[in-house]
Amino acid sequence: MQAWLDPFCAWLESTPLSHTLQSIEWIVPAVQTLHILAIGLLLSAVLMLNLRLLELACQDQPVMRIAARFLPVVWWTLPVLLVTGLLMISAEPARSLQNSAFQLKMIMLLSIVALTFAVQRRIDTNRWASSARLWRTGFALLSLLLWVGIVFAGRWIAYVRVA
Amino acid sequence: MIFDPQLEWLQATALAVTLRENETLFPFVEGVHVLAITLVFGSISIMDMRLIGLAWRERSVDQVARSVLPVTWVAFAAAVVSGALLFASNAPKYAHNDFFFRKMVLIAMAGINMAIFHLLLNPNTNRDSSGRAVPVSDRVVGVVSLLLWIGVIACGRWIGFTMIGG
Repeated sequence: MQAWLDPFCAWLESTPLSHTLQSIEWIVPAVQTLHILAIGLLLSAVLMLNLRLLELACQDQPVMRIAARFLPVVWWTLPVLLVTGLLMISAEPARSLQNSAFQLKMIMLLSIVALTFAVQRRIDTNRWASSARLWRTGFALLSLLLWVGIVFAGRWIAYVRVA
Repeated sequence: MIFDPQLEWLQATALAVTLRENETLFPFVEGVHVLAITLVFGSISIMDMRLIGLAWRERSVDQVARSVLPVTWVAFAAAVVSGALLFASNAPKYAHNDFFFRKMVLIAMAGINMAIFHLLLNPNTNRDSSGRAVPVSDRVVGVVSLLLWIGVIACGRWIGFTMIGG
């Protein structure tokens, strides 16, 4: 992977976009602020759904109602996270792309997005309502675990030294 | 600053030294703080969107509050504890940081905004019925709350950029 990643990082760092992001002082913290705000919206939506699946909140509402309320939030905050994330990568490509905490974060992110998409598909095709309680509980716990892991891995990017 | 001796003392405590020098503990506490503050913002935003009338209109304000505010309070407690630990680790620097000061002022303003809603506005109107017209006062409280919390997050992020070497 390193064989193509090194030149790619060097190229990305030499682009005008990267130079602009590095030279205007307020852009990176502003982009990071947007990124954190979007994480807040996504995480809270995910938490509400998972608390409902674990039967810890919103018990007066059917699971399908709660899913319809909160799952769309995941789908419209992810593009915001993607764009702000790509901007942060463009500002400092090697710091993120070659960082093991970042790579772990992406693996966890792709896993939970795929899993959540599968749940969304089951809901759209009316198969989620009949799924066993064990599956719902398992999904909720795995989802919480992965999202918390993603947040921590994100914070760790700043601390892992890139060789 | 008049509290400088106390801040220096705080920074020299065993707990603060451990936090500052342990390479795993500090980012871990930061991780807890990020997780907590994102959940504070996210859960309050659900409440605010309902107050503004943009989301979850089929449930009453009280119902939404009962579902969401326990998450907010648990997350806020975690944010205060983790934030206090981070502050202790570098007390004088944080205390002299403009963005730290602004962040504290914005949190206090968010608290006042919430108190106004709970003490002055909420008991006077019947919020148990869902789907009814949203009062202007609710919309104002919701918008003000959203703006203040966005400001809190922004100031928090800016602290990280103004502490380096300073």
